[in-house]
Amino acid sequence: MRKKIQLGVLLLLAVVLVLLPKVSPFFIVFVATEILILGLFATSFNLMFGYCGLLSFGHGAFFGTGAYVAGLLLQHLQWDFIWVLAVAPLAAAVGATLIGWLCVRLNEVYFSMLTLAFGMMVFAIAHQWRSVTGGSDGLAGFPLTEVGIGLDIVLANPFHFYYLTLLIVALSLAAIYLLTISPFGLILRAMRENTERVAFAGIPANRYRLYGFILSGLFSGLAGALFATFSRVAVPEMSHWTQSAEPILMTILGGSQYFFGPLAGAAVFLGLKTLITSYTSEWMIYLGVILLGMVLFLPKGIFGLLERWLGGRT
Amino acid sequence: MTMPFLEVANVTKAFGHFVALRRISLTVREGRTTALIGPNGAGKTTFYNLLSGRLQPSEGTVHFCGRPVSGQPPHKINKMGISRSFQITNIFSELTVLENVLVALIAHLNLGLRFWRIVNRDKKLAARGMEVLERLGLGPLASSRAGTLSYGDKRLLELAIVLATEPKLVLLDEPTAGMTPEETHAVIRLLRSLAAEGKYTFLITEHDMNVVFGLADHIFVFHHGELLAEGTCEEIRAHPEVRAAYLGEEVD
Ligand SMILES: Nc1ncnc2c1ncn2[C@@H]1O[C@H](COP(=O)(O)OP(=O)(O)O)[C@@H](O)[C@H]1O
Ligand SMILES: [Mg+2]
Repeated sequence: MRKKIQLGVLLLLAVVLVLLPKVSPFFIVFVATEILILGLFATSFNLMFGYCGLLSFGHGAFFGTGAYVAGLLLQHLQWDFIWVLAVAPLAAAVGATLIGWLCVRLNEVYFSMLTLAFGMMVFAIAHQWRSVTGGSDGLAGFPLTEVGIGLDIVLANPFHFYYLTLLIVALSLAAIYLLTISPFGLILRAMRENTERVAFAGIPANRYRLYGFILSGLFSGLAGALFATFSRVAVPEMSHWTQSAEPILMTILGGSQYFFGPLAGAAVFLGLKTLITSYTSEWMIYLGVILLGMVLFLPKGIFGLLERWLGGRT
Repeated sequence: MTMPFLEVANVTKAFGHFVALRRISLTVREGRTTALIGPNGAGKTTFYNLLSGRLQPSEGTVHFCGRPVSGQPPHKINKMGISRSFQITNIFSELTVLENVLVALIAHLNLGLRFWRIVNRDKKLAARGMEVLERLGLGPLASSRAGTLSYGDKRLLELAIVLATEPKLVLLDEPTAGMTPEETHAVIRLLRSLAAEGKYTFLITEHDMNVVFGLADHIFVFHHGELLAEGTCEEIRAHPEVRAAYLGEEVD
């Protein structure tokens, strides 16, 4: 019964998302695109946080790497977009391999601090290496190429871009979901509770954490590449710690113990942000207060609340 | 001449100035249920930590079937065929009972990187997990959340996780600690029948000597970090120094 409800909700959501551009104004489609991209970012982050129990404070590094590599490829090589989308996440995954190799040995707050430090390093590189990254101005004005493999999609058309994003995010979420229900996903969940016990059962725990970290970085890079293309710039702020904080907030808002929690959190976060900025430029204060209230009163996030309404866990 | 099963040579473990284990040398024979007894603080858990890779000896070496154990990380030692339980129950409370065992099975069968498989749909894996659970009488609880089990059942689940990796040498750290007398008896019966199957060699620690007398073929006695005595149950029972060390406690 629960399974059927979940499947029904998912189908309904899919229908709404597919029909959205037909019934809503440009502005809504724009926000929806942003929600999808950052929802993917938050979901990749949660692979480490919710499933593996490691709070990364530096995922902006991978988001930013994806964004910059996409920007550079478009600016200098004008590759078909499909190849940009293939290579940018790989670059982020390479970054995640290097950073993760050092970080996964640590636990809890030490892990968080080290990821934060590496995130700031990536930000510093983006900020200082002017000849490549364009310094604080970032990369702007890169051309949008064809998508490639014969797809008749115009990236500059927001509706086209929305559908492309929807497709890529849906496929990525499906891939991440399959990961979470695979044997690997079970090992991650077990490590969240007790990494040492997993090691004593014969699993090289740190290596598995690293694999999780790399996969998480890969999809974060994909989100970054989409975001750079969407916003037509790649700027240092995309790897800043404030960027790393967004998936954390979104995930806590939505519920880290639910697969769709981060996506729902992204929708609420960006929905509120959009709404509040239309009234006042002091949006940060108001958003902060609302988020604080939600975190205090909904400890398991929006999904936790829904579950309570629907009759609770069995 | 056969290779010694578990051979501990001259092992010392110091924590700063405090010497928790002093020049321990002993051999555990395959197929012989062996007990390690000694009062609280004797160094039993520390000894297990050295055998399982949680700690490294300050001096001395441990070999298992001829291969060095000291210096190896826990997961490699497990793969060599040594699996341990913990004195303080160490299970995955948020996972189901079956999932707890599946974690160990996935490790044992090297399935951890089969990203495309769906764990819940894997009938063969589930069947193997159920086999382990049923052997320990946990079958009916398979889909309960492990955190909701009674204390005794949690201890059994701990044992199930250990056995699922099909170790040759099973290290149990006070498996009956905190159990009621009935539960203790049930566990002893269970261990005896598992030992009789001949698949596992058990090394069991216990602070209460009487618990192991009906179970062990061979006993080592630790006292203040030293190996005080070894022998059969009868020999240990009659041993004057052991009696002295346990003065005040009943030994009969
Ligand atoms: N990590 C450690 N650091 C310092 N002292 C320790 C540590 N682990 C154990 N000890 C000490 O070593 C002695 C033996 O402890 P333990 O091996 O747990 O004994 P047992 O399991 O026989 O009760 C105790 O005095 C204990 O305080
Ligand atoms: Mg102990």
